[in-house]
Amino acid sequence: MWKKAILAAPYLWLLLFFLAPFAIVLKISLADPVFGVPPYSQTASLDNFAFLFSDKLYAVTYLRSVFMAACATLLCLALGFPMAYGIARARRNTRSLLLLLIILPFWISFLLRVYAWMGLMNNYGTINTLLLWLGVIDQPIPLMYTDFAVFVGLVYSYLPFMILPLYASLERMDLDLVEAAQDLGASRSQAFRDVTLPLARPGVIAGCLLVFIPAIGEYVIPYLLGGPESLLIGRVLFDEFFVNRDWPLASAVAVVLLLLLVVPIVLLQRYQARDQENAA
Amino acid sequence: MKDFIHIRGVTKKFGDFVAVDNVDLCIEKGELFSILGGSGCGKTTLLRMLAGFETPTSGTIEIDGKDVTAQPPYERHVNMMFQSYAVFPHMSVGKNIAYGLYKEKTPRKEVVRRVDEMLELVQLTELRSRKPDQLSGGQRQRVALARALIKRPKVLLLDEPLAALDKKLRERTQFELMNIQDELGITFVVVTHDQEEAMTLSSRIAVMDRGRFQQVGTPKEIYEFPANRFVAEFIGTINTFRGRVAAVAEGGIRVYSTEAGVTLTALGKQLVEEGQEIDVAVRPEKIFISKEKPANSDDVCIEGVVDDLGYLGNRSLYRIRLESGKIVQVSSQNRRRSVTRFLEWEDKVWISWRPRSAVVLLD
Repeated sequence: MWKKAILAAPYLWLLLFFLAPFAIVLKISLADPVFGVPPYSQTASLDNFAFLFSDKLYAVTYLRSVFMAACATLLCLALGFPMAYGIARARRNTRSLLLLLIILPFWISFLLRVYAWMGLMNNYGTINTLLLWLGVIDQPIPLMYTDFAVFVGLVYSYLPFMILPLYASLERMDLDLVEAAQDLGASRSQAFRDVTLPLARPGVIAGCLLVFIPAIGEYVIPYLLGGPESLLIGRVLFDEFFVNRDWPLASAVAVVLLLLLVVPIVLLQRYQARDQENAA
Repeated sequence: MKDFIHIRGVTKKFGDFVAVDNVDLCIEKGELFSILGGSGCGKTTLLRMLAGFETPTSGTIEIDGKDVTAQPPYERHVNMMFQSYAVFPHMSVGKNIAYGLYKEKTPRKEVVRRVDEMLELVQLTELRSRKPDQLSGGQRQRVALARALIKRPKVLLLDEPLAALDKKLRERTQFELMNIQDELGITFVVVTHDQEEAMTLSSRIAVMDRGRFQQVGTPKEIYEFPANRFVAEFIGTINTFRGRVAAVAEGGIRVYSTEAGVTLTALGKQLVEEGQEIDVAVRPEKIFISKEKPANSDDVCIEGVVDDLGYLGNRSLYRIRLESGKIVQVSSQNRRRSVTRFLEWEDKVWISWRPRSAVVLLD
């Protein structure tokens, strides 16, 4: 009886805070916008979804968002893996210091840190001033309000979410395994490929999901650092809700975004299940 | 037989700490050689240098006539069985065993054949597609062994091969290892802290302490003729009597020991001088115990009382207190079946041993 109650708790949580809100959003996405409170009708149609698919703007924005998030994820992985590896192989006391440094930025508000990047990347910000002073450039290079700035912001903000799961899986690994591979004829790089990488895979997957999922719907970073042309889905969603006050269309955007996120997760789970079957 | 592994003047320092201190050693082909010592004595460092995971600070290592001192592990014809076994958790038993051959780019057919052969050798044929987390400790150990043997190395290094197994399994595996070694004729170098393991397994043993070899010899030599106090006390139990050399004669040396309360006779191969302070050492099982004074006058006889006794089934252990207060350990086989005890606490007894059972130990 108690066991069942305890097991039911997470499901209840999921039901209350995920499925129920999602059902509401889904319901709104099927309605029409009206003036009043609430600002949607009680009707149901697929008009909003039809509109999403008819206007090329949305498709392009979704694709751009997926592309940006994927690039940011890969960049985080490329930067995060060596860092996590270095931390996991560092001496015990250095290790905790390095981990602290990774977590330290969280002590400052996320918004403040993004603003700090604005100060750094402005036309007359720290980076440009320094380069001008050094004589590397004659004119400030436009860093702010570009895709570059968005990437910087995304990678900077999400890097810890990549490093921590990677670190966890690398730190657990028995170093004898790498030596055993070398002993059996694998060079350093082969041992890395055959042993370290596959054993770090759970960390790679967790890190990628932790970066990719929030990055795809990221609103603050593209809004503050990106230019007007770097339209991302998070921003479209925000504008539909609060600028256009078109709740039904905004909800439809959200539903499609969720489906976009569910696809890679389901694929991944399938892949893992198949992997386990192969092993058995 | 010619020397197969040749270690010459090898020293390994970690910062200021000297882990291995100017060690020389020759190991013959087909030997089952053990390096025995307590933790931190440098035995694992020496093994890791043979495997190629550490490079000596100075000195050279030669295997089969080739200097391998600077060779990386993946180029040496040496394989190692790790103490943790280090079985790859993401690969099946078969893949684990085949790994070394894949790295050699052996043709697929040949790989399959040799993996089958190895699985049979370690009796794991049924489990080839299992993952390591579905195996017992003993089975994982055999996977590690098969994986290390499949490349037919010139030398197999084993780091504490039996330490993680329980007592019954350890005894069985010990004999299996010896059989496999015999069958394949590969030179085995075993590192262990367990003297019993070293004694039963090895053709020769090197006893190591603080980075140096204290003695290298057959198990018998090491046990019966320990070179010094450390070896004598590290291997088994031994009683030592401090004394002064009274006379050096043809038949042996005579040592007067206040601890023993009598003059001891011992056969000493070593060069001792009159008046020198030495130890005379006797193993507990070499000492006879009796209620009456033994008749043989050549034997060393000392009177004492039973301080403590313990019944171990196959044998009994006695602690005999001499007049000087010195405690002597005696072990005797329980040949007769009896419910009553042969000796009781505080019984007056005689202990005796033959002069040639005693060893002279120099400082």
